[in-house]
Amino acid sequence: MPSSVEQAGVPAAGGRFAGPFRFPGMTAAAALVTLLALLPLGFVIWTAWQTGWQTAAALVFRPRVGELLANTLLLIAFTLPIAIVLAVALAWLTERSDLPGGRVLSWLCVAPLAVPAFVHSYAWVSVVPGMHGLGAGVLISVLAYFPLLYLPLAATLRRLDPGLEDAAASLGHPPVRVFLRVVLPQLRLALCGGGLLVGLHLLGEYGLYVLVRFDTFTTAIVEQFQSTFNGAAANMLAGVLVVCCLGLLGLEALLRGDARYARVGSGAARVPARVRLGSLTLPCLALPAVVLALALGVPLLTIGRWLIAGGTAVWKPDEIAAALGQTLLLALAGGLLTTLAALPMAWISVRRPAAATRIMEGSNYVVGSLPGVVVALALVTVTVRLLLPLYQTLFTILVAYVLMFLPRAMISLRASIAQAPVELEQAANSLGRSPLRALWSITLRLSAPGAAAGAALVALGIMNELTATQMLAPNGTRTLAMVFWARSGEIDYAAAAPYAFLLVAISLPLTWLLHRQSRRMAGR
Amino acid sequence: MKPAAVVSAIALAAGLFSQAARAEDAPEIVVYNAQHESLTREWTDGFTRETGIKVVIRNGGDSEFGNQIVAEGAMSPADVFLTENSPAMSLVDAAGLFAPLDTATLDQVPPEFRPANGHWVGIAARSTVFAYDKTRLSPAGLPKSLLDLAKPEWQGRWAASPSGADFQAIVSALLELKGEDATASWLAGMKENFTAYKGNSTAMKAVNAGEIEGAVIYHYYWFGDQAKTGENSGNVALHYFRNEDPGAFVSISGGGVLASSKHQAEAQAFLKWVTGKAGQEVLRAGTSFEYAVGLGAASNPALVPLADLQAPRVEPTKLNSQKVTDLMTAAGLL
Repeated sequence: MPSSVEQAGVPAAGGRFAGPFRFPGMTAAAALVTLLALLPLGFVIWTAWQTGWQTAAALVFRPRVGELLANTLLLIAFTLPIAIVLAVALAWLTERSDLPGGRVLSWLCVAPLAVPAFVHSYAWVSVVPGMHGLGAGVLISVLAYFPLLYLPLAATLRRLDPGLEDAAASLGHPPVRVFLRVVLPQLRLALCGGGLLVGLHLLGEYGLYVLVRFDTFTTAIVEQFQSTFNGAAANMLAGVLVVCCLGLLGLEALLRGDARYARVGSGAARVPARVRLGSLTLPCLALPAVVLALALGVPLLTIGRWLIAGGTAVWKPDEIAAALGQTLLLALAGGLLTTLAALPMAWISVRRPAAATRIMEGSNYVVGSLPGVVVALALVTVTVRLLLPLYQTLFTILVAYVLMFLPRAMISLRASIAQAPVELEQAANSLGRSPLRALWSITLRLSAPGAAAGAALVALGIMNELTATQMLAPNGTRTLAMVFWARSGEIDYAAAAPYAFLLVAISLPLTWLLHRQSRRMAGR
Repeated sequence: MKPAAVVSAIALAAGLFSQAARAEDAPEIVVYNAQHESLTREWTDGFTRETGIKVVIRNGGDSEFGNQIVAEGAMSPADVFLTENSPAMSLVDAAGLFAPLDTATLDQVPPEFRPANGHWVGIAARSTVFAYDKTRLSPAGLPKSLLDLAKPEWQGRWAASPSGADFQAIVSALLELKGEDATASWLAGMKENFTAYKGNSTAMKAVNAGEIEGAVIYHYYWFGDQAKTGENSGNVALHYFRNEDPGAFVSISGGGVLASSKHQAEAQAFLKWVTGKAGQEVLRAGTSFEYAVGLGAASNPALVPLADLQAPRVEPTKLNSQKVTDLMTAAGLL
């Protein structure tokens, strides 16, 4: 940073990153959010301490926990590899081959995210009633979550410098080996990141596995909660689940490595040429066709079938309007609040990065990776025991949403703040704007699109959230997901269908946004 | 937009939210409802029509709410607690959190359907049944007792919903009738033999679909489905254990007023309404198919009369939900 920009009115700050002005309030706010974010982790440690070693050991080291651990690990061990292979194949076909309709397909491959995981499950048990257990869990998980891998993979594939592949080919490697030895290693970050995301969803999901009768830690915690409210057994299971999440995070950090992936050399990379599929076009089309039939066709047709079977009787305008209103209110308020909470940390990590802030930022991601059930359990216990005025309030449920979805807001926000030139802030400052006003009128305005995209992603998460909402919501709250869950629990699938339909209908445009954003980030 | 405008917009929104969240001064009561939502809604709609008192329902499970109310203590937002079974009522009563009910309310329900201390009252009742696939099991092949289901010959042949309050109430009756050791060993046998389903309707649906031969559930799931389309119970028949077997247990759904309620009069009025003529008539004429418990109140004529069920005598206040959860946790069922 040249010192010439440090002109009148700009407080000089020491160090390498002496550009932006200091915001003591910003660091304090970021620290506060981080402290709040660490609450669930603190809670797990605190309850373990309170429970006492012997009781805790008796509750943790028992056969049931072994069963749950085996189930959860098997689920991950089967789902992840299948989802990875599927996502790599689809991403390659839509980005690097001349498959007809590639552009539309690349959106359709993201669209299954618009169907909440428990609606996927509901559709499958309607189509194949006896479906249950590990096999069912793996199949539905792959269909519901492969887009989380597809997104980063497709974005990376689009951006790869074809020069490396050309070099390998010119050295005599056949195309398959070029793919395995040159392309695949460059996908490592996307694979690790996407794989982590899928793994965390597998650990945290509740509704999907209940409907196919597959017990994981999360379903067992909710069952314990339903039997004992905040009993010790639930808290101890939550502790084990947290350890699983941390293990997954550690594994990802280990596998990610620190190799260089940016291209070396001047100029820009060519747009990679698309591989001609030729006579293989039809067989290759079959893969996305089958996957999309299962991941989109099954849920949408099932919802349609139940809507027809239910007729007009299942559309109760008052109830649906109330649930829709409450859902949108929660999603909107949660999206705004989460973006607001992410702002200080995002600003600091771009403008004033330092070791301490990196740790702070990291801990926000760790908490964002915890399942909703753990966050909710922590907030229920803390508010009911210590902060009773906040118990069952809108505030508490919004705090839960902030904790759960902070990373979604942070990632979008950080990227867009980084694109807002710091010099503009300084110029505004030198023209007499106070730092806060400068931040408001320059940086925030420039990063608004990113912030909006982040808020939309948070809102999408909140809309489909079930466990934490049920445990924390104020009395009388009925979101779309809650009503859907109550109806499908009474196996009144027809009455549940309008709610599933609305959830999907609202989420669909948001997945389009997600798709567009990922393309823009790739610059193409 | 200027910062000030944004701040005021946020403040305005916050005001709206908090108002939407807790409208405390309106004449309304909060019901922690563990009963079937449709039944409670029929009750609250009728009550509101008659009295003008609004009711806010929070839905959950028996034990969840029981423990939740104990954790909330004197600050509980709930005015009334309705359950499907008695153990959760005993739990709250043992913590001293119920207000004594009006005598007029208690007098509407015969003594066998309420505890002697008058801290809560029966609002409905349900009978344990073995719902079986009549295309696969003949009456001769049915279990004589609930206890038989822990024997090796029943391995892999029956279902239950162990996380539900209904099944846990049945276990609490077993515990009260046969003692802790017998219950623990029965649960161990159950773990070997049974298949877990989430919810009684789901278990019955599985029996109907031929996934499993039978399920330990309550009677009204079958009647409710028969009254609708029968699509989930067409192949299912009910077996009542009778002979005062633990499996013939009749569970009392309870209602109580929280001592901490700031709307005592309205809360008491609600329970008086539910146990009174109009409330019990909902059970006879509605689609819940639960037994009516009011003095002289008739149950739905489609049901096997309560008197013919030969249920074991179980004092509802002695049902211990805590012990049951512990035993089931120890058996690896939870």
